Amino acid sequence: MEAALSELTPEADVPVVFVKQRKIGGHGSILKAYQEGRLQKLLKMNDSEDLPESYDYDLVIIGGGSGGLAAAKEAAKYDKKVMVLDFVTPTPLGTRWGLGGTCVNVGCIPKKLMHQAALLGQALRDSRNYGWEVEETVKHDWEKMTEAVQNHIGSLNWGYRVALREKKVVYENAYGQFIGPHRIKATNNKGKEKIYSAERFLIATGERPRYLGIPGDKEYCISSDDLFSLPYCPGKTLVVGASYVALECAGFLAGIGLDVTVMVRSILLRGFDQDMANKIGEHMEEHGVKFIRQFVPIKVSRVACRFVDSILMLKGKKRVVLMVAASFSALTGKIPVTDEEQTNVPYIYAIGDVLEDKLELTPVAIQAGRLLAQRLYAGSTVKVRLTSFVSLPSGIMGLSCLLANVYHSYFWPLEWTVPSRDNNKCYAKVVCNIKDNERVVGFHVLGPNAGEVTQGFAAALKCGLTKKQLDNTIGIHPVCAEVFTTLSVTKRSGGSILQTGC
Amino acid sequence: VAMAAALRGPGARFRWRLAAAGRGPRGGVRTAGPGQRDYDLLVIGGGSGGLACAKEAAQLGRRVAVVDYVEPSPRGTRWGLGGTCVNVGCIPKKLMHQAALLGGMIRDARHYGWEVAQPVQHSWRKMAEAVQNHVKSLNWGHRVQLQDRKVKYFNVKASFVNEHTVCGVTKDGKETLLSADNIVIATGGRPRYPTHIEGALEYGITSDDIFWLKESPGKTLVVGASYVALECAGFLTGIGLDTTVMIRSIPLRGFDQQMSSLVTEHMASHGTRFLRGCTPSQVRRLPAGRLQVTWEDRTSGKEDTDTFDTVLWAVGRVPETRSLNLEKSGVKTSPDSQKILVDSRDATSVPHIYAIGDVAEGRPELTPTAIMAGRLLAQRLFGQSAALMDYDNVSAPAGAGPARERVSCPRVRMVCLREPPQLVLGLHFLGPNAGEVTQGFALGIRCGASYAQVMRTVGIHPTCSEEVVRLRISKRSGLDPTVTGC
Repeated sequence: MEAALSELTPEADVPVVFVKQRKIGGHGSILKAYQEGRLQKLLKMNDSEDLPESYDYDLVIIGGGSGGLAAAKEAAKYDKKVMVLDFVTPTPLGTRWGLGGTCVNVGCIPKKLMHQAALLGQALRDSRNYGWEVEETVKHDWEKMTEAVQNHIGSLNWGYRVALREKKVVYENAYGQFIGPHRIKATNNKGKEKIYSAERFLIATGERPRYLGIPGDKEYCISSDDLFSLPYCPGKTLVVGASYVALECAGFLAGIGLDVTVMVRSILLRGFDQDMANKIGEHMEEHGVKFIRQFVPIKVSRVACRFVDSILMLKGKKRVVLMVAASFSALTGKIPVTDEEQTNVPYIYAIGDVLEDKLELTPVAIQAGRLLAQRLYAGSTVKVRLTSFVSLPSGIMGLSCLLANVYHSYFWPLEWTVPSRDNNKCYAKVVCNIKDNERVVGFHVLGPNAGEVTQGFAAALKCGLTKKQLDNTIGIHPVCAEVFTTLSVTKRSGGSILQTGC
Repeated sequence: VAMAAALRGPGARFRWRLAAAGRGPRGGVRTAGPGQRDYDLLVIGGGSGGLACAKEAAQLGRRVAVVDYVEPSPRGTRWGLGGTCVNVGCIPKKLMHQAALLGGMIRDARHYGWEVAQPVQHSWRKMAEAVQNHVKSLNWGHRVQLQDRKVKYFNVKASFVNEHTVCGVTKDGKETLLSADNIVIATGGRPRYPTHIEGALEYGITSDDIFWLKESPGKTLVVGASYVALECAGFLTGIGLDTTVMIRSIPLRGFDQQMSSLVTEHMASHGTRFLRGCTPSQVRRLPAGRLQVTWEDRTSGKEDTDTFDTVLWAVGRVPETRSLNLEKSGVKTSPDSQKILVDSRDATSVPHIYAIGDVAEGRPELTPTAIMAGRLLAQRLFGQSAALMDYDNVSAPAGAGPARERVSCPRVRMVCLREPPQLVLGLHFLGPNAGEVTQGFALGIRCGASYAQVMRTVGIHPTCSEEVVRLRISKRSGLDPTVTGC
């Protein structure tokens, strides 16, 4: 028996004792732990009450965003008792929102809707060239747009509450805090506290925007948390930051006709292919967005009516003009996890933006949440696997220029020809590994509907797409995406990639 | 041969040809041998396939000529170099489709806060002028390209004299003879008129005419169920015109019928009227100038009638082979379709004569296919390549009218083999920017994508295309596939 035991656990003497899923060891080790007082400590665990006899819930999820809700709905499928605690700490301005997390309330969804508003402004201008009798200048009503966007978000919040109810997931609008092993305290916005116990926990609290830490930042500045529900038009805006959040916000604010400046400390879109990042910056500048490069704000204050260069002072009868879009930081610092999303505490897991070193994207969080629930309750062993992404620069793939053929081209969307707009601005690029049959390892596109174009190629890349296969594929005509089936000029050759039309 | 060499040079060739023409187009033509002929390659038809082939061959250092000629439509419409796609197909179609989409966007804009006075009027004249100007710039671009690549271009109507010689006639009736070692026929097709219907030819127009109309077509009847019919009806409706589509039996024959009915339902909900199961019997012109159309409803057997400003026939296309005098060359055509019979190397029944594009039998009628076929053919003829064209796995979009951009989701269907690894066989997508969405997945299918691989691809959010990588419900399961939000 000792031999069998020593196979299962590298221990020689019996009994082998486990406390709270942690192995203490054989008889000798137990005695030692007791003598040193470690055993008692283990059993007590932070001087709190003993372990609950039974748990209120199989799973308590802290955070009702993309990851948390996906996990909740999946776990409920396996008849588990699940609770979701979701709470939004108001911003310095006082903004708050409902169930659904960042993506739904202050991220992907409102961002894309406001982006669409900006695109529609452009469409109004184009439509004149196509025969539509629209006035030359059309004014934009911020309040009308924001109301429409918030109504849609409200319907999504409602939809989530209904979905959770239908799946018998308990939802509480309360702030969750750990108070002991397997126990959590939930505080609602009236201050009422309740205590729950659960066999397992999932932290999916995501992140919030970071403030600059300069005088006046919290009093006078807003962040993406506030922008999408701002009850008045932001007017002349300074966006501080160079992330995709900064540029996307600056983009649509300029698109609806506002005077926008972006203040960048060093480079645009750190971590993205810099060739593409610079093209984006150029395009934005050509379309009226001003950039102040290599400056950082040091002070923000309210002033009656002057704009002075040396210190940033902003005019405003209203509170807001400065937008902070710097990088984000988690509530309590990011959480490192194993590749099965387990934290250092065996029964506590974490997914989504709150994780250290993971891609901060809704679909990643959703997949992680779903797969985790399947591993915990449905006996699955599948883990999250990511494909190469548009945004990864060739540097990160470890490919030096010598090993890669980079094919590229400008293209002109047919729809932009009639209004004579932006010729040779849209850009397509693929990076191919010379040492591996010219396998496509990188894909970049700058142009309308970039997301729609890229999705299919992401799937193709996953399947090992090579340049030859790209070349042998018939393009769909006339669409922007077909440019990828006719790339022939490499960057190295220096050949011209200007386009002259079909 | 020695004399031919001594005469080489632009002037010399001109003299030789004049001498040959001087003897008359039919009699006394000297049969030249290989190398003595005017060109290494003569391409008949300056469309997508023809131009691609010609330019590729010229790049390989060959002497190439393109002859292109547009026989005016019954209405008198004509156009420049570039073929169907550029002049009366893909390009003007998509631009007018864009005009229609913009109409929808103007309506949407109000919801997003734009203070646009509604409703907004549309000027056909302004749109047509803009579209026609763009097409003309493309005609010009093609001419410049041919010049740059040293391809000779003749705006003449070609017909065969013998298997190596073609007679070209200009608009004014002047004739020239052109001979070549290799000939590629890429004359494409033209819309068919249902001449058995009284008044069809005299009073109706086709896609050859619609894009070149200077005045609005007004209240239009589109007869046909092809993608041409539906696309035209779609953009006409989108720019605010009263549009009816008359279909004899099913819409979009050859396309997945579930998707086809989704398309027609969508169009109907946006204002296009459909007359299903009806066939026209007569078109009359009324004193005021409008057209009265009489048709039979095949299910009820009853006759009905209505008045329109324009009748657009979209009942199929016929290959442009009738006036080529193919018998003089020995090239065989299909007795059913009249298209030119070709083998996998695009060769006709005559070894040195080839046919590509819409005029060839059994080929998908698509621009990118013709272009690729043209290039590969040139490479096989002159570039020591043996690569044949792969006509399988070709994706085609069918635009059907303005689709509204919504954050919620499109209709997607992916067809996979049942047995593992469940290879993806096909993808159908009904939604905005369908072409953009599908291109990448076409690549994936070419790479042998499996269902699992597609599902493991992380979605790009929020887009419509991410729905493809989120497909979980099978038709067999019978579950509700409706998506309710993010």
